[in-house]
Amino acid sequence: MSEALLEKTKMGPVACPIDFFDVYGVRDDFPILRSRVRGKPLVYLDNAATTQKPLQVVEATRAYYEKQNANIHRGVHYLSELATNKYEAARETIAGFLNAESAREIVFTSGTTESINLVAYSFGRANIKAGDEVLISAMEHHSNIVPWQMLCEQTGAKLRVIPIDDNGDIIFEEFETLLSEKTKMVAIVHVSNSLGTINPIKKIVERAHAFDIPVLVDGAQAVSHLKVDVQELGCDFYAISSHKLFGPTGIGALYGRESLLDAMPPYQGGGDMIKSVSFERTTYSELPSKFEAGTPNMAGAIGMATAIDYFTGIGYDKLESHEDAVLRYAHEALADIPDLKFIGMAKAKTGVVSFVLSDIHPHDIGTILDQNGIAVRTGHHCTQPVMERFKIPATTRASFALYNTVDEVDRLAEGLHGVLNLFK
Amino acid sequence: MDLRELYQQVILDHNKNPKNFRSLEHPTCASEGYNPLCGDRINVALEVEDDVIKDVAFTGSGCAISKASASVMTTLVKGKSVPEAEEVFRQFQALITSDLNAPVDVQEAGKLAVFAGVREFPTRVKCAALAWHTMQAALAEEDKKISTE
Repeated sequence: MSEALLEKTKMGPVACPIDFFDVYGVRDDFPILRSRVRGKPLVYLDNAATTQKPLQVVEATRAYYEKQNANIHRGVHYLSELATNKYEAARETIAGFLNAESAREIVFTSGTTESINLVAYSFGRANIKAGDEVLISAMEHHSNIVPWQMLCEQTGAKLRVIPIDDNGDIIFEEFETLLSEKTKMVAIVHVSNSLGTINPIKKIVERAHAFDIPVLVDGAQAVSHLKVDVQELGCDFYAISSHKLFGPTGIGALYGRESLLDAMPPYQGGGDMIKSVSFERTTYSELPSKFEAGTPNMAGAIGMATAIDYFTGIGYDKLESHEDAVLRYAHEALADIPDLKFIGMAKAKTGVVSFVLSDIHPHDIGTILDQNGIAVRTGHHCTQPVMERFKIPATTRASFALYNTVDEVDRLAEGLHGVLNLFK
Repeated sequence: MDLRELYQQVILDHNKNPKNFRSLEHPTCASEGYNPLCGDRINVALEVEDDVIKDVAFTGSGCAISKASASVMTTLVKGKSVPEAEEVFRQFQALITSDLNAPVDVQEAGKLAVFAGVREFPTRVKCAALAWHTMQAALAEEDKKISTE
């Protein structure tokens, strides 16, 4: 890696990346990491798409179905009470994890996508009208673009976009210029899934709140790498997915400031979200049940809370220094590969190395790496506007989690040399 | 399998120096193919006169497999009648979707045989087929975008 590049990314030389974090002990908790793929030991570098699950999560899910399953909030019987307690305890765990003021501010959803849609539908349709503006950034995942686009189409509001620079940082001055009385929502990603950029959420919230504009943060990629404190960030909504956090798929959560959630109309109607129903009139439940129509994903919620306990049990300090070291090592190792160009060199980065290699299409790279047992993601990563911004059709992305090692980075680098050899 | 079976020299050569990779000045029909999975985008334009493909060319961006497939396709259908071109398309389709263990008649498959390796890579079959479906759409005078998804 060139000196200039090192300086740019604030990445010093790697001393001993794994000295006080027992990454191999952690790997033992993830049975899938012992797999062989195409005859080679699996190197799983597609964690931004979904993370693998530790035994603890698998066991908790299994225990739920073996010993605790019943519908919640209804029965007076033992199992129903047990399941209800487990489910509500999971909510408390998530509230603690995000440092929400109370568990009433945590709504279970199917994931980040549904969390954002909930806000766009419920808050958006009640508060945003023709002529208003919704502000997002140029590095959003499609799931933080399309719900707002749909809202704008229906209401006549306008979607405005904060541009990003060549490094993949938002251009803060442009953001400030775009803020106005017309802006009714700022929706922005905490950590970009295709660039790895960490956005300055606290600063963004401060500026938006000066105009009384609520801020929604897409935290899907952030929570497995950074300690998130919604009160410290000051944001109004924070959306997360369990499956990107070593938990099961199909479950996630929305944090919402209580005063906002309270004022918002229900998102879906059905059982569990009502106080009383007659054909003349229905009254709705209190928070957070108001937003949880129908029988929820109980096993998922319990699995998610187990994953959070597992993950936070390791300790953020250890985790962050290990992950930083692996990411730094990856930038260094890959910078030595001829004709490799990084996409996304933001000042603050985590979890992701995106790149293009010579004129070789990422799809070809992905297939060749796969033959070596290495799982990476290739394509536009559901961020087509980012690809357009950098004038490329796609990138190859290696994304890391707490269980990845520098040896795996070496395997990736070796694989990429193989790609170059094949295509030379 | 050996990656060399998928990325045969012929495919790599076509990828590097694709044939008929250009725009047509007077196309009689054209279509755009798009694979939303990987973002591959290809335009196929044809000049058809009296049911004969006088010229065919493609532009766009894609992986080595999709580009080589488009390149080989243009060399195979140029000068052929539309029904003949459609027959080649059927041959190609039969080849890439045939059973993995079915032997490939290299004589019959001719230049298409290099794509037999794609059968082992289900996620890549769409890459190989994109240009062909796009040509088919153009020939069907379907003006709308087609998609392999």
